[in-house]
Amino acid sequence: MNRKWLASPYIIWMIIFIVVPLLMILYYAFTVKDVNGTRLTFEHMMKSFDSKYLASLGISFWYAIISTVICLILAYPLALILAKYSKGGSTIVFIFILPMWMNFLLRTYAWLSLLETNNGLINTILRALHLPVLDIIGTPKAIILGMIYNFLPFMVLPIYNSLAKIDKSIMEAAYDLGANDFKRLLKVTIPLSMPGVMSGITMVFMPAVTSFVIPNLLGSGKVNLIGNIIEQQFLMTYDWGFGSALSLVLMIIILISMAVMRRNDEDMEGGAGLW
Amino acid sequence: MVKRGIEKIYLGLIILFLYAPILTLIVFSFNDSKSRAKWGGFTLKWYKNMLNDPLISKSLYYTLAIALLASVIATIIGTLAAIGIHVMRKKTKSLVLNVTYMPVLNPDIVTGISLMLFFVAVGLKLGFTSMLIAHITFNIPYVILNILPKLSSLNKFTYEAALDLGAHPMQAIWKVIIPEIMPNIITGFLLAFTLSLDDFVISYFTTGSGVTNLSITIYTMTRRGIKPEINALSTMLFLSVLILLLIINNRTEKQTKKLGGSNV
Repeated sequence: MNRKWLASPYIIWMIIFIVVPLLMILYYAFTVKDVNGTRLTFEHMMKSFDSKYLASLGISFWYAIISTVICLILAYPLALILAKYSKGGSTIVFIFILPMWMNFLLRTYAWLSLLETNNGLINTILRALHLPVLDIIGTPKAIILGMIYNFLPFMVLPIYNSLAKIDKSIMEAAYDLGANDFKRLLKVTIPLSMPGVMSGITMVFMPAVTSFVIPNLLGSGKVNLIGNIIEQQFLMTYDWGFGSALSLVLMIIILISMAVMRRNDEDMEGGAGLW
Repeated sequence: MVKRGIEKIYLGLIILFLYAPILTLIVFSFNDSKSRAKWGGFTLKWYKNMLNDPLISKSLYYTLAIALLASVIATIIGTLAAIGIHVMRKKTKSLVLNVTYMPVLNPDIVTGISLMLFFVAVGLKLGFTSMLIAHITFNIPYVILNILPKLSSLNKFTYEAALDLGAHPMQAIWKVIIPEIMPNIITGFLLAFTLSLDDFVISYFTTGSGVTNLSITIYTMTRRGIKPEINALSTMLFLSVLILLLIINNRTEKQTKKLGGSNV
């Protein structure tokens, strides 16, 4: 018996539950059902490029880019500190994984209690200190805060992993050859941690672009990102054809950007390094 | 010294940022008032009530049942698949792996919608079965991707040696390969279990007729206000995971110490 047949249950599963469902999206995106039966159409695809939806796609990308950049700025120094102090044990890293075991909807919802304008905890403290209060619930700021909060660990962990892998003797060599701390960071540490940075960027950017829960909760439903529009097509207006077309556009954009990122970094491990 | 101080403060601020919402949740699970802003005194009543609420106990049941079933089935199918994929010819292998990456790379919302469209098209009523199939589907790739790297680092001659010594291929797989990849199978299983436990988006699109997991229940509650019982339940779940992880961490540390000692 050949060992490769062991994969056959999975191959069958994969074809039925991964390949066929994706083809269903394609089918719904390009067909329309009316009294004459089902026929081919491009109207859903045309509608996806309507300025209203393009604008929402643009905003989604813009918020995701801002969140990713802030996450990177916060995470890189943090990963450097972690790599410096947690040489033996993994306790400090553990602290950054732990929050992910609390349901993410609840954690995001808890920000509502913290940020509430009138009697939220943060504003109570600010008022006691006679500082101006924050009024950000329902604004893009709250959505971006929620994204940074939820996805920061996905940026920290891959960067930390790649920093921890750097051979200490390379650092010593740079030092012996006369590089100062700043130069070492710029010429040795940062280039060697690029694989981690790349997977961090994809792991933050992708869920940020497609999130519909964070805008619903922290944006009070006032800001419609592309994820919200897709959700509404399926669960509110029941326009499955248009919803599928939007999903298809989103999927293509994301897969292309992943392919470009991957080309820049051949041995990226994706999510595998995180766990 | 100053640099070290700044680093510590920075670390502290980030930890505060990550844990502030979790602490708020835990504190409010002991709050005697239903409001999520006012402190009404200390109480344990939400902990007493949490399992009496039919909606909450039902969601807990579905969450655990689906996570357990999905991760066990995904681990079995995924482990067999990884052993098979490992010996495939290069072209077939890369084709299969590319499809395997799809649920990992695709946004959850797209995976959820594609499965929903599929279930509706084949006439499977949305509910427990459809949600279970969806969870197995998004879990299998993580199991496979956890095991494959280990398989390629194994000595391939041990399997052949077992065959030469008269083992049946199944025996050789069971007695030689499986024990070697066991740690990766377990990590794959744990990863699948946690992903399933916490999933919202894919479950949200593939469930129906009153079958809800905790995430869906919480999401529905956010529109009318979260019941304090949910805070109590999540605090309990969070603490049990914390204790479990501390035990595992402690054990692996002891094991590594032991191994280190015997090697010297």
